[in-house]
Amino acid sequence: MREDPEFYDYWPYHNRPKITWPNGARVAFWVAPNIEYYELNPPNNPYRQAWPQASPAVAGYSIRDYGNRVGHSRQMNLLDKYGIRGSISLSTALCDHHPEIIAACRERDWEFFSHGIYNTRYTYGMSGEQERSMIRDSMLSIHKHTGQKCAGYLAPALSHSEQTLDLFAEVGTELFGDQAAFYTCDLFHDDQPTPIKLRSEKKFVSVPYSLEMNDTIAFAVNKIEPRRYGEQLKRNFDRLYQEGAQSGTIMCIPTHNYQVSCPHRLKAFEEALEYITGHSDVWVTTGKEIASYFIDKYYETVLADISAKKGNNHE
Amino acid sequence: MSKNDKGLPADYLHYPHRSYGMDHDRYSWSMLQNRQPVKWPNAASLAIWVNVAVQYFPLDQQGIPFKVPGGMTMPYPDLRHYSLRDYGNRVGIFRFLEAFDKYGITPTFALNTRLAQRTPYLMDILKERGNEILCHGYHMDALHYSGQDIVVEDALVERALNELRELSGQAVTGWLSPARNESENTPDILVKHNIDYFCDWVNDDMPYHYNTDSKSLIAMPLSNELEDRFVIINNQHSEQSWSEQVCDACDFLLEEAKTQGGRILGINIHPWLLGQPHRIKYLEDTLAHIMDKPGVWSASASEIMQSWDQQNPR
Repeated sequence: MREDPEFYDYWPYHNRPKITWPNGARVAFWVAPNIEYYELNPPNNPYRQAWPQASPAVAGYSIRDYGNRVGHSRQMNLLDKYGIRGSISLSTALCDHHPEIIAACRERDWEFFSHGIYNTRYTYGMSGEQERSMIRDSMLSIHKHTGQKCAGYLAPALSHSEQTLDLFAEVGTELFGDQAAFYTCDLFHDDQPTPIKLRSEKKFVSVPYSLEMNDTIAFAVNKIEPRRYGEQLKRNFDRLYQEGAQSGTIMCIPTHNYQVSCPHRLKAFEEALEYITGHSDVWVTTGKEIASYFIDKYYETVLADISAKKGNNHE
Repeated sequence: MSKNDKGLPADYLHYPHRSYGMDHDRYSWSMLQNRQPVKWPNAASLAIWVNVAVQYFPLDQQGIPFKVPGGMTMPYPDLRHYSLRDYGNRVGIFRFLEAFDKYGITPTFALNTRLAQRTPYLMDILKERGNEILCHGYHMDALHYSGQDIVVEDALVERALNELRELSGQAVTGWLSPARNESENTPDILVKHNIDYFCDWVNDDMPYHYNTDSKSLIAMPLSNELEDRFVIINNQHSEQSWSEQVCDACDFLLEEAKTQGGRILGINIHPWLLGQPHRIKYLEDTLAHIMDKPGVWSASASEIMQSWDQQNPR
């Protein structure tokens, strides 16, 4: 175990080089629907239990199935209405289970990135070889079913090992070279992209995905009211939009179809989407487009600035 | 997690159910938006199913295999929780009945059989009203759970249903498990005892066919996350917020029904919670909001189920 994951150096939100998004936009805004498959009776993981009771865990399993049966179409209709292409954090076994969902997202040119095979199979306890094989399987599934070279990763159920990001980047390079595996959503330390240090020295970036704007965190962990969630989304945007005049920021709304797409929550969510997309100078985009743009335009500048700020403030 | 060279057993990376549809054979995979639209009687858009959970929490709770949410939490005798739950059946429910009549609601009562046995006066009132009664299990501490002996569970279901059928004078064809907890056998046992529909699974906003080892059940959509208990106790939201959430759900489903056919708003409520003097107003306001909308149809669970069943042959 390490004291620090050693992915990045301290980079203060102070006198950073200016980032400008395409067409002078102040905020890069993306929505990341998690489209997940939870198994009714997954094998046991020694470090984390999938369900609070032995199978059948009716309440937990069935509400997650609701997300796919009912919620997905609702959220997709809403994103269509506001001109948003989803960046899907995908339990890749869903390509086999529910190809109708994959087809509808492909039709809309949504992005697919890897969220493991099932959200009930955790990385905890896997050997490096097992984790590599799981990641490879997930990236090959995305390629087979969508033709996309998977650019991003969010570990299944946010279960990580020390090597997760290295393995993801390396498997992507083996499969598709620099065109795959160049960003992660697993880190929550910033409102702007951060270059990540990997053993392969591949250009790799953390794209802010926001745990706090995640509907599951809002509703199931923080247990806030749907309308308050809508308010938080608007206030989160307001501040990032204001600061984006100085240097471009990123706002992400990570969603789950079994949370935000319930009938009692959609109204507040829609109001927030309408509010955010109603502003000018907002780049409505995807995780991959943000990561590519940042790597092309700002990666070196930011690395140099991080390096310059490693010591004291010399101003 | 530190580096682990041995790793997990090989089956952790095997996926035997990774193929089209579900990872079990209880029901088939289908997306709500792709289904044939359903039509309710009188061209209604939204069926309103107000389900009242009328519960009995025994003082001598065994808590097998877990302490039921809403049940006793203190060392025996937990008088505070016993009597506060009892409040619902003595006081709260009469506030409910008044509100239902005022706003033209047809409620469905999900009764613990043990409560029906203990409160003949209340049973007479419910029978006289003639509203549908469904079985909510024997009592709140009589849980159905994974690993439960099938013979024991079968006897529990049989007793709960036989006695409730006798006391209510109704056929009792609906079922809601205490805490919505089930064993792997529960649906098969329910069918054997002439249950037509059950309300434990929350994976849809419309009914669907649920397979058992004999004929199929109908799974009825009774939202867990809109329940007063889930919102007010689990989430610690205000009763006003509960009301807003139900009203927002009602408005949303009415809108969706315009393009996708009939929808159902299932509201599960507890007299021991919303029947309190400081909360009853919010139930009344909610019912007023809903019943004021054109196109709503307040009906019993069975009426809604039967209308759907006629349009969706097995």
